[in-house]
Amino acid sequence: MKRIDAIKRIAEQLKDELAICNIGFPSRELYAVKDSPTHFYMLGSMGMSSSIGLGLALAQERKVVALDGDGSLLMNLGSLVTIYSQDPKNFILILLDNECYGSTGSQCTYASTVNLSLIAEAVGFKNTFQFKENLDLTHVLKAEGPVFVHVKVEQGNADVPVIDMEPEEIKERFMENINK
Amino acid sequence: MDSSKAVFQGLKKAGINFVVSLPCINLGKIIEMVDCDPDIIHVPVTREEEGFGICAGAYLGGKKTAILMQNSGLGNSVNVLASLFKLYQIPIIMILSHRGTEGEFMSAQIPMGEATPGVLDALEIAYFLPETPDDACKVLSGAWLLSEMGGSPVAMLLEIGFW
Repeated sequence: MKRIDAIKRIAEQLKDELAICNIGFPSRELYAVKDSPTHFYMLGSMGMSSSIGLGLALAQERKVVALDGDGSLLMNLGSLVTIYSQDPKNFILILLDNECYGSTGSQCTYASTVNLSLIAEAVGFKNTFQFKENLDLTHVLKAEGPVFVHVKVEQGNADVPVIDMEPEEIKERFMENINK
Repeated sequence: MDSSKAVFQGLKKAGINFVVSLPCINLGKIIEMVDCDPDIIHVPVTREEEGFGICAGAYLGGKKTAILMQNSGLGNSVNVLASLFKLYQIPIIMILSHRGTEGEFMSAQIPMGEATPGVLDALEIAYFLPETPDDACKVLSGAWLLSEMGGSPVAMLLEIGFW
């Protein structure tokens, strides 16, 4: 499965959930397949998707989905420990794992030798899901958080433009949607 | 007033209701007060950078946030401060125990202690250096508003002599 197809399937299945999307091509691909005021596109701060998602989940009651990458999660692995310990019922971490740093030229990550699901399970995550094909989130969205979802995707980025929104615009639109 | 109590009361007056922390011997009492306050969500974190990410998310969700940390952790938070907080104009109050200042007993703290003001200057983050507990309380009570209006983190450096 191409990553943009995984992102498209995820975006189609989200309704009222708030989504934090990882820096680089993942945010560009999400913006290209479906834009929504419920999306927060990261333009910087690699590694912070799961942490921004956790803070948002702890701060309010709506369900939060954070889209992370293998390179990004490896950059902030302690986040899994904090998420598990804080135990947010309304938080889903989706790992889009292409075993490489896709936005910088597809250099390999250690996700090709280490199974990141096993790390999440070892930390204590009780609800973990793995997908290679048929990304149906029905059970994922019903499961009690914190949920860890591991999606294996192909390497490579879609030919999509950069996001033509200002950072402040992304933030303000997102916060307005939360406060409505 | 007791120095720890002054910082805590300043944060309360500012309306802070979400705090992430990493320990420093000088922040111990404040962390305990934050942890015991039923109106504050307290999240201990594994690394300062992670704490900033969590606070950014909590702000998007409507919280008024602060981080309690040692100045040593500023080094591993430079990118998140620049490319998340500065870029999106997200407020936060940063309470830094400033080690490596006058009276420091551990030589290892001195290089980062000396670099700290310059790192904040480079990020264009305003910082306060209160001399007394009363000063700290007074400045902090208006710090959230300042941070929100300015669209930037604000920091308070608490040197060894403050405690």
